[in-house]
Amino acid sequence: MSTAVESTPRPRGRAKSARATSEARLGWLLAGPAFFVMLFVVLYPILQALYDSLFTYRLTAPDDKQFVGLANYGVILSDPVFWKDLGVTVLITVVTVLVELILGFLLALAMHHAIKQTRGLIRTMILVPYGIITVVSAFAWYYMFSIDSGFINSWFSWVPGITADLNWFAEGSTALSVIMLSEIWKTTPFISLLLLAGLAQVPGDLTEAAAVDGASWWQRMRLVILPNMKASIMVAVLFRAMDAFRIFDAVYIMTNGAYGTEVLSLLAYRTSIGRLEIGMGSAISVILFLCVALMAFIAVKVFKVDLADRGGSK
Amino acid sequence: MSTGNPVPAPQEAVTTRPGTDDRHPEAGGSVGRRDVAPETARRGKRGQGTLLWWILALVIGVWCLFPLFSIFATSFKAPSDLANGALLPTTWSTENYREIFVGDSRELFLTALRNSIGITVIATLIAVVLATLAAYAIARLDFPGKKLVLTVSLMVSMFPVISLVTPLFNMWRVLGLYDTWLGLIIPYLSLTLPISIWTLAAFFKQIPWELDQAAQVDGATPLQAFRKVIVPLAAPGVFTTAIIAFFIAWNDFVFGISLTSTETARTVPAALAFFTGASQFESPTGAISAAAIIVTIPIVILVLLFQRQIVAGLTNGAVKG
Repeated sequence: MSTAVESTPRPRGRAKSARATSEARLGWLLAGPAFFVMLFVVLYPILQALYDSLFTYRLTAPDDKQFVGLANYGVILSDPVFWKDLGVTVLITVVTVLVELILGFLLALAMHHAIKQTRGLIRTMILVPYGIITVVSAFAWYYMFSIDSGFINSWFSWVPGITADLNWFAEGSTALSVIMLSEIWKTTPFISLLLLAGLAQVPGDLTEAAAVDGASWWQRMRLVILPNMKASIMVAVLFRAMDAFRIFDAVYIMTNGAYGTEVLSLLAYRTSIGRLEIGMGSAISVILFLCVALMAFIAVKVFKVDLADRGGSK
Repeated sequence: MSTGNPVPAPQEAVTTRPGTDDRHPEAGGSVGRRDVAPETARRGKRGQGTLLWWILALVIGVWCLFPLFSIFATSFKAPSDLANGALLPTTWSTENYREIFVGDSRELFLTALRNSIGITVIATLIAVVLATLAAYAIARLDFPGKKLVLTVSLMVSMFPVISLVTPLFNMWRVLGLYDTWLGLIIPYLSLTLPISIWTLAAFFKQIPWELDQAAQVDGATPLQAFRKVIVPLAAPGVFTTAIIAFFIAWNDFVFGISLTSTETARTVPAALAFFTGASQFESPTGAISAAAIIVTIPIVILVLLFQRQIVAGLTNGAVKG
């Protein structure tokens, strides 16, 4: 499980300084454009957001721009709406990532052990949810459950609690269930592919040796395979958790945040684009950014997740 | 291969090793592939295992394809048939497709489709070109700041998209980029560029670049060596990266609804959210479903043709076979 994206071993001994200089220059000549484009499209806007978040600034009254320091943050952090949205976002993140981890692992196992004829087939099929547009996925699930055009109510009318009149999107808990279902459907393939890569790294010798020594399937899984996959599981969870935390599309399509399903991204959108309150919207954007950065920081520092593992390992 | 086995065993010994197959039918398929000592009893077992694998594939297939099939079926329901409470339409009607291609929603959908294709393809091309240069430098050259480039691209890829929207929304209005193609292409680079750099860097690290010198020793000019040796080696990685970048840009919704206001630059995912029915009393469900199916077709074609490459790209070459 080497991480070495950056450490291509090179014959350093014969490298003369002139050669090193020209290599460095060529390196930056080639990598520079991509690097600065990334800085321009991300770093500059977030600094602008940081700056704007210190003002009351409405596009409806642009001349009233006024420096208020951290007051916007104070307003947000003392508003129950923010905490409720944060709660919903965390709930969606935790539930979807947990379910996806289990389903994704089972899928990865299925692909890892599958016979040749079905392996390609399974991989092709799981790439469909991966590649499909999130908005399309949201509409597909929405129409399935919708009281107007859906069929889930009539299919599952034998389940207690489901009747023909059940409006899934008129109540927070049922609406969130469908939102999470569509997220899980859409993103499990990605996590399963990351886990499949992890499974492929578990030395086959170890599992075979354990099998010879009489270890049961469950013992081999728990004592050999899972510990050897720890790194790729952590990377998969982190990537998906950060992705799930910025959920927007499915919520926007299915409920637009109604009935207590609003998430942080939607709050930021509603504030900046909907109400044109750039100062307040920027402050929410900064907070959202800090949440994601905090998740990454905790993962890297506390759980020692090596993010390079995804790209560097062969 | 022979860890835990006292006798250095030939291939046959591995496949007939007790315990591998008998106690673990779920591993039957993978063992069976290496089987070089056919026995009738094992054949029967293998046939059973194969059936189980096909059933499993069927279950996975239903889970993966059902929602897509559901919206496909909805797209063929006439407006009066929408509330039939069944998966399939009572009669298959192409009314919704007529609505988006020749009917009232034509303007909205076709312009959005054109915007989506144009903006996504341009953003993908720019990202792949820039990423190819950067990844080549990362894979082959030693320069200070190499780690920085990778770290920054990783950070950019984790960035919450919505955090960019507020500042860009404001900046684009000032710069006149709001509701233009360029105004979407630039932020799309923040989505496509980082993953392209990572994917390509991993691909390029696996390329035996020395072949280039070998070809030159054999008398090829540097240009010939590049064209005949390097390009064929690098092309599959570049191509795969382009597909993945295309998927990501094609999928965007947040930038699409935030940074556009008219049909000038609105992309399909954003346009879907603005669809209205033929009259204000008619729901746009059918038209949205039909449009959703149309924009899913390119995805399905790419997946069918290139599943192996896409999987390799997503896991950076970690999966083989």
